[in-house]
Amino acid sequence: MSEKKKSKCIIIPCSGIGKAVGTITRRATYIVTEELLPNDTDSICLPLLTIEDKETVQKIRQNPCITVDGCVAQCAKKNVEHHKGNLKGEIKILDVIKENPKLKPGNVLDIGPDGEKLARKTAEKVVRIVGDKS
Amino acid sequence: MKIKPKIGLIACSGEGLCEGMISRVATRRILEERDDVVTICLPLFLAGGQEERDFAKDNPCITVDGCDKMCAVKGVKMYGKVHPKSSIVISEIIRKGKHSGPISKSRIEPEDEKLVHETMKIINKEVDRVKEEE
Repeated sequence: MSEKKKSKCIIIPCSGIGKAVGTITRRATYIVTEELLPNDTDSICLPLLTIEDKETVQKIRQNPCITVDGCVAQCAKKNVEHHKGNLKGEIKILDVIKENPKLKPGNVLDIGPDGEKLARKTAEKVVRIVGDKS
Repeated sequence: MKIKPKIGLIACSGEGLCEGMISRVATRRILEERDDVVTICLPLFLAGGQEERDFAKDNPCITVDGCDKMCAVKGVKMYGKVHPKSSIVISEIIRKGKHSGPISKSRIEPEDEKLVHETMKIINKEVDRVKEEE
């Protein structure tokens, strides 16, 4: 008897290299995919979407996706939308910062304790969206 | 007097593999050390406008990719319509230098520092070489 394989939710951070918010998107994604929901979530390399890698494009169309963006350019969301991915939710770190004005992240290479807290709060938001979609 | 353009460093920052983290951290450290280099977030080639797509035309580029999928190289060719002046691939550095591969996608562990330093040394050498040629 075969059991239908449950699709995983794909978490896609922008991983921007210019600002600390980019690193926070990345850290939040790993908190979700490695610690909080390792069996229900997965990630991809965003640049594979940028270069239109067929396997990756197929993956984001077949699985629900949540994007996590650092800045207003919203590269993760735009890359998923461009390829008609199955976008189920989007998070902007700038919103998480607005909700937690006392937390001041460090820099790109070291987001610091406040950056880590912001990453964890972002991860919790992602988990809630995954829960809503399952 | 002709003003020489800054050298563009483009890291893949791939989220899906540990080598992406090495490409990201080594590139970022060079950006903080030198004032003759600039960068752009790779996914911005698709998400941004013409100005972002012209980055590779305006700045001679060196790509720093994690694996042999070489997203940064392909991104420069696809969107910038030029070839990078130099291409660095972390998996090749690991193979040639007989390094053990990095062990974490989310952070640089102390045992990965040697690989980061070797990558930075190669990037610095290539920046100097490309500058000389321009």
